[in-house]
Amino acid sequence: MSNSTPANPASVAKSINRTKDAAAAVSSVVEASNPVQGPNNIVAPTQMTGSQAIVRSLEELGVKDVFGLPGGAILPTYDPLMDSTKINHILVRHEQGAGHAAQGYAMVSGEVGVCIATSGPGATNLVTALADANMDSVPMVAITGQVNSAFIGSDAFQEADIVGITMPITKHAFLVTNAEDIPRTLASAFYLAQTGRPGPVLVDITKDAQQSDMTFSWPPKVDLPGYRVVTRGHNKQLREAAKLIASATRPVLYVGGGVIKANAHEQLKEFAEFVNAPVVTTLTARGAFPDSHEQHVGMPGMHGAVSAVTALQQSDLLITLGARFDDRVTGVLSTFAPNAKVIHADIDPAEISKNRVADVPIVGSLDEIIPQLHEACASRFENEAQQDLAGWWGLLNRLRETYPIGYTETHDGLSAPQNVIGRIGELTGPKGVYVAGVGQHQMWAAQFVKYERPRSWLNSAGLGTMGYSVPAAMGAKVAQPDRVVWAIDGDGCFQMTNQELATCVINRIPIKVAIINNSSLGMVRQWQTLFYDGRYSNTDLNTGHGTARIPDFVKLADAYGCVGLRCERDEDIDATIQKALEINDRPVVIDFVVSADSMVWPMVPSGVSNDQIQIARGMTPEWEEED
Amino acid sequence: MAKHTLSVLVEDVPGVLTRVASLFARRAFNIHSLAVGPTEIAGISRMTVVVDAEGDSLEQVTKQLNKLVNVIKIVELLPETSVQRDHIMIKVRADAATRLQVTQAAELFRASVIDVSTDSLVVEATGNAAKIEALLAVLEPFGIREIVQAGTLAVGRGTKSMSDRALKTLSA
Repeated sequence: MSNSTPANPASVAKSINRTKDAAAAVSSVVEASNPVQGPNNIVAPTQMTGSQAIVRSLEELGVKDVFGLPGGAILPTYDPLMDSTKINHILVRHEQGAGHAAQGYAMVSGEVGVCIATSGPGATNLVTALADANMDSVPMVAITGQVNSAFIGSDAFQEADIVGITMPITKHAFLVTNAEDIPRTLASAFYLAQTGRPGPVLVDITKDAQQSDMTFSWPPKVDLPGYRVVTRGHNKQLREAAKLIASATRPVLYVGGGVIKANAHEQLKEFAEFVNAPVVTTLTARGAFPDSHEQHVGMPGMHGAVSAVTALQQSDLLITLGARFDDRVTGVLSTFAPNAKVIHADIDPAEISKNRVADVPIVGSLDEIIPQLHEACASRFENEAQQDLAGWWGLLNRLRETYPIGYTETHDGLSAPQNVIGRIGELTGPKGVYVAGVGQHQMWAAQFVKYERPRSWLNSAGLGTMGYSVPAAMGAKVAQPDRVVWAIDGDGCFQMTNQELATCVINRIPIKVAIINNSSLGMVRQWQTLFYDGRYSNTDLNTGHGTARIPDFVKLADAYGCVGLRCERDEDIDATIQKALEINDRPVVIDFVVSADSMVWPMVPSGVSNDQIQIARGMTPEWEEED
Repeated sequence: MAKHTLSVLVEDVPGVLTRVASLFARRAFNIHSLAVGPTEIAGISRMTVVVDAEGDSLEQVTKQLNKLVNVIKIVELLPETSVQRDHIMIKVRADAATRLQVTQAAELFRASVIDVSTDSLVVEATGNAAKIEALLAVLEPFGIREIVQAGTLAVGRGTKSMSDRALKTLSA
């Protein structure tokens, strides 16, 4: 489809038709692959109840771990779940925790995360996690109990229209009122969650469907006539893209989280090295390309590196791979990368030209598109030598050297949070998994930990959910118990979901929690410092140095049966982290008492062009070389 | 803003109307008219949606609609390559003195009278938007008591069938 033509009804109609034609052309590819996931067992027709069918379907789909909390409407399913030897159910303390745990599980493993809740409040407590997964394209399936089908719509006890509530925040939501539909619906849900642009799928199952008898057989037939996924890029567009790449003098690989979702990081590295273009990795793409690679020029966006922001801003060609021109990356859209042509490759056609018009749109899966693009460039470069990028690299290298990500020392005698986070990354290494909440600590964790591999950095990027960190870290640790998993959290975020420490202790899920305790809602406070004359309206949390310390995080950790540590001085940082790294039989919570005045830099203030990036308060980089 | 007619093939399942309608609502598109009904294929319904929209945002909403799992196919029907019909029932004041004038006016528009009472008539008409408008203008002086109008129906001209092609893709 072409999006560069001016909009008139005819071109719209054509683009609509062409989208579907493209889908039709590859439909055979999709049909050929088995839409039913799991080990492909064949189960002859067997009599069982709907609830047994739920558990059996999950087993046949290859599910090993689920997170949930029972209640009235899902009770029938929890009975056979108790007997399952294949499924490990982890009882959370709040359904939101189950949702984020399923997200963390999915993000580190690439497998579908599963959470279970009851009707009404159980289901509504999942809403934040579902919205979060929808924004960040996380494959997960949420199973909720629903009141008896005869009571639906009667305001029955614990009734909520969760399918209606979640329609705009899920990839799809099913209501099942008939036991016979359970295996097919669950198989469809997993297929939808995992394929195409991944996302959350909700399956709401009435209590009577769980209780009635049905005939179970496997595999079921997944029939989704309106769902087609294009995976291979269109050859003409690929040739067009190669042409632009050959003639670009300031190309940039603008890499988004889609590269990680598509498991295309190796293909990306080969392609990037072939075209020798600088690479920027967005907040969701940290680790998709190694930080240590000389072509990596940093994270772009509101708190991105000067070199990365400038690379996009001064580019003449954005090679966009699985990114979506989010406002936190573009700043004021009309001033973003004003001289760049855009190649936009994404599995979701609706992302292309949504915010920035693409000159070359490529719909497909990045694990196929990137090698295709590599090939197209290779054959193009045979006839037309690629432009010399030395000047471009000269500029970016100078910016990278002059304006590295750094921080200013504190003046209140308290530790610099950036240093704490940097040391955690150094002492743990790239094999660790780092899970942040939302706010200053999240940005510092994105900036100061060095990421060398995909699926090692988890955060709530799109929705910005405070409270994501602890439960998501828990889910990550369940999926990959051999990895060190750090929840790098803020004192505000931590207090939203810290009850899952109980889940971690009881189920022996030894995560490590670093509370970057600046005693405030730090990012909001930073904005109050910068834009509200330092009037700190409702951002003081009284958890840190010189306050009442409510709660005392060390005592709280102790109450939960975790190891609680406090670190208040720079000289203790390394020893405290080391001590935490040596404890592997239970969770560790470290209260890192840090300065409240530290701010996240660089920063592009909201509502201005990325050209206005500040490296510190009121300081903008020198753009021209002095000589 | 221009009017656009979208023909949308959907799976006939609960909730599909809500999903389609809420996507338009979220982007603040005004649905001018909506007609939903079964098609020649069991299990597949067609929605004909007339919306006020600019080309750019229409393209975006169309892509979003395509993402809905229950939406099978979307085609924009252009006025020059499709036939579009509105259907209306008009209850109009008509006593012994004016009845003949009203029925004659209806006949001129090939509308039919489907109910008669002592002081009113119900006139039923089918046609394109311009014809319906003209009919209303003629009946207006007699006193219109009530109007009931269905959503615009539209189908592409020629032999090509939208659901045919959709079906072929399904069974491929």
